[in-house]
Amino acid sequence: MWSWVAHRITGVTLFFFLFAHVIDTSMVRVSPEAYNTAVETYKNPIVGIMEVGLVAAFLFHGLNGIRVILVDFWSKGPRFQKQMTYGVLGIWVVLMIPFVIRHLSNVFGGGH
Amino acid sequence: MSAPAIQAPRSRPAKASNFELNTWLFMRASGVLLLVLVFGHLFVNLMLGKGIHAIDFAFVAGKWANPFWQVWDLAMLWLAELHGMNGLRTIINDYATKQQTRFWLKTLLYFSAFIVLVLGTLVIFTFDPCIDPSSTLEVCRVK
Repeated sequence: MWSWVAHRITGVTLFFFLFAHVIDTSMVRVSPEAYNTAVETYKNPIVGIMEVGLVAAFLFHGLNGIRVILVDFWSKGPRFQKQMTYGVLGIWVVLMIPFVIRHLSNVFGGGH
Repeated sequence: MSAPAIQAPRSRPAKASNFELNTWLFMRASGVLLLVLVFGHLFVNLMLGKGIHAIDFAFVAGKWANPFWQVWDLAMLWLAELHGMNGLRTIINDYATKQQTRFWLKTLLYFSAFIVLVLGTLVIFTFDPCIDPSSTLEVCRVK
């Protein structure tokens, strides 16, 4: 139930981000300056933290999607759906840790 | 006493559509591909090198000089937009109960998907790295 709710919320979040992301990337067709100004926004610390949220949303949505596929197509899927939810959360944590360390040290550690 | 009459089995309507089955399958197939495509996109752009600080016009120019990344990004754009569009269509069908609301939300949804797909595709195919006068790419120096 809750993973179903979270799947919808993360999905909608990613869809709206995709819209913004295609618009900002399209600035490469305007001029190098326009694009560089647009991506500069992503290097702001507050936006940097929001990016952690986006990656968290993507990883959950993708891993939970695999779980949904296994429930649908694997004969033992429905029986192990609960264990697979713990698996999704476990892999999510394992992938988030290196990303958060790397990304936040890039965002806050300068590197300009 | 007569035996109860057993009705003939219902047959499938002649013009039954497989649309919902096909979109259901598409969500699963595109989902698996997107997991790989988006994971690779995030890993290369945010984890390698200087991460997000390396991203600027020259970074994009360097990537799209390679047809591999053009195809990667084009596949990611189309699959993600169609996957997300179908996901939102499902959500509108579930929560918007008034016929008018459903119609306008879906019109807006398909319009935005059209804009994103056309704009994104044009950007990938018409990208010109040489609009940057300081470009060090070989294609720009020849001219």
